Amino acid sequence: MTSIDRSGELLALAERVVAMAGPGEQVEAYVSRGLSTEVRVYEGEVEHFVSAQSEGIGIRVIRGGRTGTSYAGTLDEKIVAEVLAEARDNLGFAEVDEWAGLAEPDGVAVVPQQLWNPDLELTSTSRKIDLAKQLERLTLGHDKRVRVDDANYADSFGEAAVATTTGIRAAGRENGCYVSVGTLADDGDETQTGFGFAVGRTVDELDVERAASDAVDRATRLLGATKPESRRVTVVLDPYVTAQFLGIIGGTLSGDAVARGRSLFAQRLGDEVATPLLTLVDDPTNPLAYTATDIDGEGLAARRNVLIDSGRLDRFVHSSYSARRLAAAPTGNGVRGGYAGSPGAGCLALNVVPGSRSQAEIISGIDDGILVQQVQGLHSGVNAVSGDFSTGAAGLVITNGTLGRPVREFTIASTLQRMLLDIVEIGGDVEWLPMRAAGVSLVIRDVTMSGS
Amino acid sequence: MIDDDVLERVLASALRTGGEFAEVFASDWQGTGVGLDDGRIEQLSTGRSRGAGIRVIRGESTGFAHTADVSEAGLLAAARAAAEAASHGEAGVRTVALVERSTRVVSPVDVDPAKVGKAAKVELLRRVDEAARSAGSAIAQVSAGYSDGRTRILIANSDGLLARDERVRTLMRVSAVANGDTGMQTGFDSVGHTMGFELFDKISVEEVARTAARRALTKLKARPAPSGSLPVVIKAGSGGVLFHEACGHGLEADLVSKGASVYRGKVGELVASPLVTLVDDGTMTHEWGAISIDDEGHPSQYNVLIQDGVLTDYMWDFLRARKEGRPQSGNGRRQSYKDLPMVRMTNTYVLNGQEEPDDIIRDTSHGVYVAHLGGGSVNTATGDFVFGMTEAYMIENGEITEPLREGNLIGNGPQVLRDIDRLGNDFAMGNPGTCGKDGQGVPVGDGQPTLRVASLTVGGTAA
Repeated sequence: MTSIDRSGELLALAERVVAMAGPGEQVEAYVSRGLSTEVRVYEGEVEHFVSAQSEGIGIRVIRGGRTGTSYAGTLDEKIVAEVLAEARDNLGFAEVDEWAGLAEPDGVAVVPQQLWNPDLELTSTSRKIDLAKQLERLTLGHDKRVRVDDANYADSFGEAAVATTTGIRAAGRENGCYVSVGTLADDGDETQTGFGFAVGRTVDELDVERAASDAVDRATRLLGATKPESRRVTVVLDPYVTAQFLGIIGGTLSGDAVARGRSLFAQRLGDEVATPLLTLVDDPTNPLAYTATDIDGEGLAARRNVLIDSGRLDRFVHSSYSARRLAAAPTGNGVRGGYAGSPGAGCLALNVVPGSRSQAEIISGIDDGILVQQVQGLHSGVNAVSGDFSTGAAGLVITNGTLGRPVREFTIASTLQRMLLDIVEIGGDVEWLPMRAAGVSLVIRDVTMSGS
Repeated sequence: MIDDDVLERVLASALRTGGEFAEVFASDWQGTGVGLDDGRIEQLSTGRSRGAGIRVIRGESTGFAHTADVSEAGLLAAARAAAEAASHGEAGVRTVALVERSTRVVSPVDVDPAKVGKAAKVELLRRVDEAARSAGSAIAQVSAGYSDGRTRILIANSDGLLARDERVRTLMRVSAVANGDTGMQTGFDSVGHTMGFELFDKISVEEVARTAARRALTKLKARPAPSGSLPVVIKAGSGGVLFHEACGHGLEADLVSKGASVYRGKVGELVASPLVTLVDDGTMTHEWGAISIDDEGHPSQYNVLIQDGVLTDYMWDFLRARKEGRPQSGNGRRQSYKDLPMVRMTNTYVLNGQEEPDDIIRDTSHGVYVAHLGGGSVNTATGDFVFGMTEAYMIENGEITEPLREGNLIGNGPQVLRDIDRLGNDFAMGNPGTCGKDGQGVPVGDGQPTLRVASLTVGGTAA
């Protein structure tokens, strides 16, 4: 979010709710609304055009250490009053938690971000449709073996405000757009798939050509892939894969997971948990980050936090609750999943401090390895509590410093703890992806590969 | 929710830019969630969401708009937006006369959770916490959740269909963390059905809690999972997700029609071991994926997808069935009024075979026994799938031996279906699931008897 509320309406509504707090009550109101469009094109025609609007309010009430919440998908003031009454009623059924509470202003200054571009609103419907059609056309023009599954344009406009009895007053808005394309590449009986995307704050920022060529490249590069033999290898994670890996690591550094005894790093502050090469930062104030923001989900200023400093575990990320419970300083990492969710502690915009070499330079120094370009099943094969890591993967074989044949239908496995220590190089090729983490090439040694 | 004459006017308005078909899908959801963590009830949350989505189809194009305002003015505004989105064609005037279709109720509800006191829901989780913690001194943490939801839906379309339904689902989940010399391990279990609060008269929440705790405790003694291709025996009711991923998605007509499925053009062909008969069954009373009607107003069905290894049919929604000039199969589903319907599974399962499960294990000299699977995913175009083992053991010389740490299983759908070489007679349904597709999640069930896959790739770290 950016801290300019165009209308002030949402913040005014949140403040009206907060003003209804009774004696001894803490109240938080989170109000949001949004508009979005989505165009899908298939074979040169619009397959669907979706025009969506949504709004809602979530209210938290805390009294005597008990928390109750309620929410509704409307801003109708009659219903809002009922939502407040429900939240009050609900707190009677919760148990006393001495750390229960809301965020309090902590004096950290907001670093303003440019998250809204008025030009996006002026984009005509036909321009949106044309972008999706153009993407489909460009993709098909690259390679005769490639078909397009769907080509999409989407944009969204969101506004939100949060107010509390503890003095939080924050509001903001954000917009953006993207194009994406799914591809199929055929060779004889074999079919492989790919995808490409581009994001921007206005349609002029969308690199449609890059989206098309990525989608073609991803689908065709795996044609003819075979299953490799099981062995231990050095893997090079493509930036896109690294970003997903960092997302998992970030989850283990959540103050919520630590407070509830569910983080494998809970007792490790100050320890060397990773190679000295690794410095991991959560920095939503970096405007290059896709998830850059100036305030967190609880209305505190977003800020730069170093989590792992040259291999040493320095800090967890906190919501106001986890900071209070662990007697740590707030880090401005309250994350909420829209108006229906309660805020938890989570990373906002992760990145690792890059090394210097390009991916090609790194590969030239590897005798036997795999460049992992895709992973599948991270959500089912990684246990962020035990640290067990196992994922389906696809990529290219590296032999004597050169990229060779494609391989797929294998897994790579290790533990998160070991992988952090087994990182042997970090590339200089930072990619700012539309995810909560930026990517960079990452080299990890001694990973188990299961194939035939 | 909305008067019939309002619906008729809204549909007429939606058609005025020349659409051939228009539909209003309205829903009104209310639900309760209770969360227990770290030994205390942290939160009780209630929510509601009401709105309508309007779809207009013209030729191959669909326009869709939704609104949280279900007044006539709000619906007409959404109808205009959807009509504009669908086309820029000839204007026309069409009237719609709705005929209400009565809904055959698949899953009757005895006790509406909305009428059950909040204290009773909280009490369930206290029992869960206690049962899980008393399962072993190594249980270090327990979190549990209760949720219920009631959705009233109304569907009206320009073919004159008017249908209503009410869906009630109730769910309890528990996750335990065990702490030992080897670090922390987790265990999970859940129970969820399309029924009311009477669920808790039928099942023991303590049993669910103990199962989750046992899974965590067992893994404290686990050794790393093996790495490589091995025979895998999957316990009844724990591996339906394999069929959901390995072939179910590939039998969805929307993916088939775009050539994004390995099963395209394979109807009538042998695509699986002749042991396999696979069904998608929305009529399975009280199961998590059961529905009386789908989200396009079509009654749910029992659909045989694979009969004795031969592919018999795909699953269909309105759009894809209309294009092919064939009947729908009751598989048009959507996450909410904010979403377009797509072809989706309901309860997908493999029918019983003939064998005693113990015989299947006894005849396996070296392999893996999977007693619980986590989530999974598939690439429908290649058939490559992945799913996580959350409770597994070695099989050595025909006996289940040591527990294994977690890891993914990977394989290729068409290959695995052919590689099923043993099928048990002990059919069971599995945990309630949420199936994700194109950003939408819908409740689904799955099930199978104990079975063996001759070879699957196990992604562990042991040699």
